[in-house]
Amino acid sequence: MEHGTQNSDPVVSNRTMEIVVAGLFALVALVVMADSIRVGNGWGSDGPKAGYFPFYVGLIMLVSSLATLAVNIWRHSGERTAFVEKHQLALVLKVLVPSAVFVILTAFLGIYLSAVLFIAFFMHWVGKYPLKTILPVAILVPAGLFVMFEIWFLVPLPKGPVETMFGF
Amino acid sequence: MPEREGNLEALGSLIQGFGVLADPMNIAYMFIGITLGVLIGVLPGLGGANGVAILLPLTFSMSPTSAIIMLSCIYWGALFGGAITSVLFNIPGEPWSVATTFDGHPMAQKGHAGEALTAAFTSSFFGAFVAVLLITFLAPVIAGFALRFGPAEFFAVQLLTFCSFVGMGSESPFKVLCAMMLGFALAAVGLDSVTGELRMTFGSVELLRGFDFLIAVIGLFGIGEILLTMEEGLAFKGKSAKINAKVVWETWKSLPRYWMTAIRGSIVGCWMGITPGGATPASFMSYGLAKRFSKNRQNFGNGEMEGVVAPETAAHAAGTSALLPMLTLGIPGSPTAAVLLGGLLIWGLQPGPLLFVEQKEFVWGLIASMYLGNIAGLIVVLTTVPVFASILRIPFSIIAPVIVVICAVGAYTVHNAFLDIVMMLVFGVVGYVFKKLSYPLAPLVLALVLGDMAESSFRQAMLVSQGDLAIFWSNPLVGSIVTLALVMLFWPVFSALLRKRQSRQDGGTQVIPVK
Repeated sequence: MEHGTQNSDPVVSNRTMEIVVAGLFALVALVVMADSIRVGNGWGSDGPKAGYFPFYVGLIMLVSSLATLAVNIWRHSGERTAFVEKHQLALVLKVLVPSAVFVILTAFLGIYLSAVLFIAFFMHWVGKYPLKTILPVAILVPAGLFVMFEIWFLVPLPKGPVETMFGF
Repeated sequence: MPEREGNLEALGSLIQGFGVLADPMNIAYMFIGITLGVLIGVLPGLGGANGVAILLPLTFSMSPTSAIIMLSCIYWGALFGGAITSVLFNIPGEPWSVATTFDGHPMAQKGHAGEALTAAFTSSFFGAFVAVLLITFLAPVIAGFALRFGPAEFFAVQLLTFCSFVGMGSESPFKVLCAMMLGFALAAVGLDSVTGELRMTFGSVELLRGFDFLIAVIGLFGIGEILLTMEEGLAFKGKSAKINAKVVWETWKSLPRYWMTAIRGSIVGCWMGITPGGATPASFMSYGLAKRFSKNRQNFGNGEMEGVVAPETAAHAAGTSALLPMLTLGIPGSPTAAVLLGGLLIWGLQPGPLLFVEQKEFVWGLIASMYLGNIAGLIVVLTTVPVFASILRIPFSIIAPVIVVICAVGAYTVHNAFLDIVMMLVFGVVGYVFKKLSYPLAPLVLALVLGDMAESSFRQAMLVSQGDLAIFWSNPLVGSIVTLALVMLFWPVFSALLRKRQSRQDGGTQVIPVK
C-alpha cells in the first residue's frame, strides 16, 4: 500500500503498533496459561487434564509474541512508516462509529429500523446524497431483508417496538 | 489390478452423484449459488469465506446435499467474481486475484478487457476442472487409506496442516504462530467436552458457549475488509467490458498456446490447495513461474495474456482442491473450506474418511456438482459480466452500510444472540489491525474451526501412550507425517540459512524472496 503521495500526519507508527499488538498477544498468552494452570495442566487420574493442551497453546503464543516484540524493539525500521495516518483514521472511524451505534440501536429498536437509520445516516453523512436517493435504498434494503428472513426463510431477527406495533 | 478397480468404482459413484443432481431443485440452487457467489466475490467486504458464513444459517432447513451444492457453488462463484474486479477495476476482490491484476488490468486499459476476462474465466475453469478430476480419483483412495488412521495419525495430519502455514506463509513465522495460537485459545473457551471443566470463561455466562468461528469469519473478513477499503478512500473507476461471442471465440482460439502455463498453474494450485498453502500463494507462485519460463518475459506486467492464465488456473485449482483434505480427512485447506466444514458439522455430518462410507450420496452428489457448478459458473460469468461491473459502480458510501447490515444479520442468525453482533464488530477491528500488521487470518480461522478436533485427537493419542510423545514416531506413517510437519515448521529457519549461504556465494547479490 502506497500512501506516500498524500500529505498527512501519522497517528501512530508501525513500530509502536507492532509492539502494542505483540504485547497484547503476550498478555492473552499469560491469561491462557494462568487459566490452564487453574484447571490443571498436568496428568489427572483419567488422562490429560483440561488445561493440558491450552497450556502449550499459551506457551507457544507467549514465546512467539515475545519474539515479535523483541524484533520490533531492536529494529527501528518501522518507525518512519505510519500504521495509520490522520485522514485514514478519520475515514475508518467514519464507518466504525456509526456501525457501533447501529449495533447498540439494534438492541432497542430491532435490526430493521436500526438498519434504516444507519443506512440513511451514512449515505447522508459520508455520501452527501439527496433525500430522493437515500430513501429508496434505506427503506428497500431492510424491507427486502424483512421479507427474506421473517417471511421466506422464517428466521426471526431482532425486532423492536415498531414491528410489535404492526403485529410481528 | 486393484488400482484400476478403484478408478472404476470412483466413476460408478460419480455417475450416481450426477443422478443426485437430476433433481431440478438442486440445479436451481446451483445457479442461485453461482450468481450469489459472483456477487459476493465482486463486492468489497463480502468474500467466499464470510459470504458462505452469512448464508449458512439459511440452509439449515434444506437437505444437506442441496445445501452443500448451493454453498460450494457460492464458493466457485466467488472465485470467478474475484477476476472481474481485478481486471476491470484493478482491485482484487479476493486476495488470490491480486496476481491477476498484474496483467489483467493493463489488458483492460488497452481496451482488451473482454479478452482478459475470457482468458481469466476460461483458465479458472481449466484449473478447477483439473482439481475436480484429482478429487474424483484421489479422494476415495485417501479416504480408504485414512480409515485406518488412529488418533495419533489424525493429530499428525492436523499438525502438518498447521505447520504448513508457518513454512509456506509469506508472513513472519512468529506472527503466523501467534495468530494460529489465538485461534486455538479461542476454540478452547467454554465447556471442555471431556472433563466438563469450564475454561477461560471467567465466570461469564455469555462465554459458556465459546467463540463461534462463523462470527469470527464474518467479523475478520467482512467488517475488517470494509474498514480497510474505507481507509484506502476507494473510488471505483473501472473499465467497461463488452464480452460477445466473437471476443470469446477469438480468445478461446488463442488460449491453447498457453497449455504449458495452464498445466503448470494447475499442478502448483492443486499442490498448494491440498497442503494448505492456499490459493493466494499458489497464484503468485504460478505467475512467477510463468514469467520465468515465458518467451514474452519482458511483456509481463504490460498486459500479457499468459500472465492472466497463470494465476487464475492456480488460484482456482487451489481453491477447489482445498476441498479434498476437507472431505477425506476433515481438514480444510482454506478458510472457505473451513466454513463449509463447519456447515457439515452443523448438519450432523462428520467430515473424514467415514463420510465416504456412510454418506455416499452426499459426497458424490457434491463432487458431481463441482463439475456442473464450474460449467454453470463459466456460463454465468461470461454472460453477466456487464451486470456485475455495473454493481461495482455503485459508490462505496451506499455499499458499505448495506454490507455492514448484512454482516450483522448473518452474525445474529448463527445463534440468535445479540452479543454475537457486538463480537463481530470486535473481530472486525481485530481483522483490520491484523491485516495492516500482516498477521495472517487463515491460520486463525482454521485453528478456531479445528481446535476442538485437534485437541481431542491429541488427548486420545496421549491417553493411548500414557503421555509419551514417542507415539508420534511409533510407526513409519505417523512418524513421516510428523517429521514432515516439523520440517515445515522450521522451514523459515532452513531457508534463511540457505539464503545467507547463497548470497555469500553470489557475492552479495540481492535475492528476491518469492512471495
